[in-house]
Amino acid sequence: MMDSASLAETDVVAKPVIAARSLNLTFETNDGPVHALRDVNLDVARGDFVSFIGPSGCGKTTFLRCIAGLETPTGGALSVNGMTPDEARRARAYGYVFQAASLYPWRTIGGNVRLPLEIMGFSKSEQAERVRRTLELVDLAGFEKKYPWQLSGGMQQRASIARALAFDADLLLMDEPFGALDEIVRDRLNEELLKLWDRTGKTIGFVTHSIPEAVYLSTRIVVMSPRPGRITDVIESPLPKERPLDIRDSREFIEIAHRVREGLRAGHVDE
Amino acid sequence: MRSLGPILVVVLHILAIWYVACVPMNVREVLTAAERAGAEIVPPEASVRRDMGAIPLVLANTDHLGGSWSQDRAKLPAPHQVAQEIWASTFVEEVEGRRGLIRSGTFSNRGLIHHTGITLWATVLGFAMGTGMGILLAIGIVHSRTMDMSVMPWAIVSQTIPIVALAPMIIVVLYSVGVQGMLPKAVISAYLSFFPVVVGMVKGLRSPDQSQLDLMHTYNASSRDVLIKLRLPASVPYLFASLKIGIAASLVGAIVGELPVQKGGLGARMLAGSYYGQTTQIWAALFAAALLAAFLVRAVGWIERRTQRAMGLSA
Repeated sequence: MMDSASLAETDVVAKPVIAARSLNLTFETNDGPVHALRDVNLDVARGDFVSFIGPSGCGKTTFLRCIAGLETPTGGALSVNGMTPDEARRARAYGYVFQAASLYPWRTIGGNVRLPLEIMGFSKSEQAERVRRTLELVDLAGFEKKYPWQLSGGMQQRASIARALAFDADLLLMDEPFGALDEIVRDRLNEELLKLWDRTGKTIGFVTHSIPEAVYLSTRIVVMSPRPGRITDVIESPLPKERPLDIRDSREFIEIAHRVREGLRAGHVDE
Repeated sequence: MRSLGPILVVVLHILAIWYVACVPMNVREVLTAAERAGAEIVPPEASVRRDMGAIPLVLANTDHLGGSWSQDRAKLPAPHQVAQEIWASTFVEEVEGRRGLIRSGTFSNRGLIHHTGITLWATVLGFAMGTGMGILLAIGIVHSRTMDMSVMPWAIVSQTIPIVALAPMIIVVLYSVGVQGMLPKAVISAYLSFFPVVVGMVKGLRSPDQSQLDLMHTYNASSRDVLIKLRLPASVPYLFASLKIGIAASLVGAIVGELPVQKGGLGARMLAGSYYGQTTQIWAALFAAALLAAFLVRAVGWIERRTQRAMGLSA
């Protein structure tokens, strides 16, 4: 009994949540083909917090959208939970958080979190319970009946994270979710996101263009560079799982940040 | 009520211009009447006067213009004459008239209220039909490329045909298949009001931005869910902008539809007035139509505010 359980566990751990093999994506434009992604290889293990960092045009968002099945690669193989991205999307395998909170202004905060639950056909009582639980998780309990315009930008983004968490997908894809927020709010949300990740054990794919944000949050940092969009470095973070904000002044932190910066610069010189 | 002052100023100016305009507009009839009463008119020959402009006639006979605002069948009746007519054909007619509300228990068919009511119901019915059809067409256009390519050009063409030319044909065709009364007028109303609704709703249904649509896509939402939970709510502001245009167009349609039929309504009232030279009656019907239009647009605005409040879109 014990054995089979632990066997199943290792089996799950061994299988990558996201596996990309020589992934290519070329957009045909009027000015000729644009290589948004070229020869991207990456495995993301269950429970990883992976950041994608790079200048604009490096394909980090495109890669995330490929994982979500919002873009279709033109070459190579990509699997999500062992399925194609489109199958994974149909199986509602992930929650997606956009750069803008994209809350529907005519729905209350509770109504916005309830949106995916309604579409996925949860029962009324299950909906109410999950809305309550996820809003608590992002520290928005008591704001259920407020409308988005009544909340600050940071709170709106937290609500949009709650919306992505509400249906318990194992994978959370976040596309520069805090890019439009000021430094102070961003720090706080980063800290909260880490706690959330710790509590829920989800696998997170996180696109950012901020080096401190990437280093602070991630277990792995994927450095990308543009024209063509490709991976130039994958950095395993040696930082402990418990990360107070002042870890950013530690020597390890600064070293990793330095390596990320070097990676970004190298990608730039290549061009 | 801060707008009351400015509105009053504008109304006073319009009234002033109106009273002044009555003089040259009615000068020929006024001078003829004055001549019959024994006054000396310059020039004395009616045939010479006929070829003169209105302004020179006014300037030559400034002493005999007292009748300008009390002509029985004035070319341009004065505001107070129109007001009297409105009063007479509403309150007085209903209280004292043989067929009025007091004596007969129903609104008099010689009174304005009865005719305004007829036009109101045709307008509302046509507006409802036009709005429903407009929304359905817009949903089709947004979801089907074929409909987008085929319906939209025809919708535009339909609005280039003068409704005055089309209305009698609609009435004749519907009459020949046994449809008469309120419905043909409503059809004309609907014909005019569906267009702004189609245009506004197509824009509204397409207004959600890419990330809002992507979000639905990540939930693997059906296009029915996308329509009901995203496109329709997002289109509400566009819908109400269209409805305000549509309701006014509906009223025009109903009135035009009443012109050839002469079975009541403000349109019938206007045409009857012009047959019998009853200009005050035409103007009274015009004012009733204007008031009705203002009331209908206000009503749509009220529904809009209620809807916005229910959707949390207003403070």
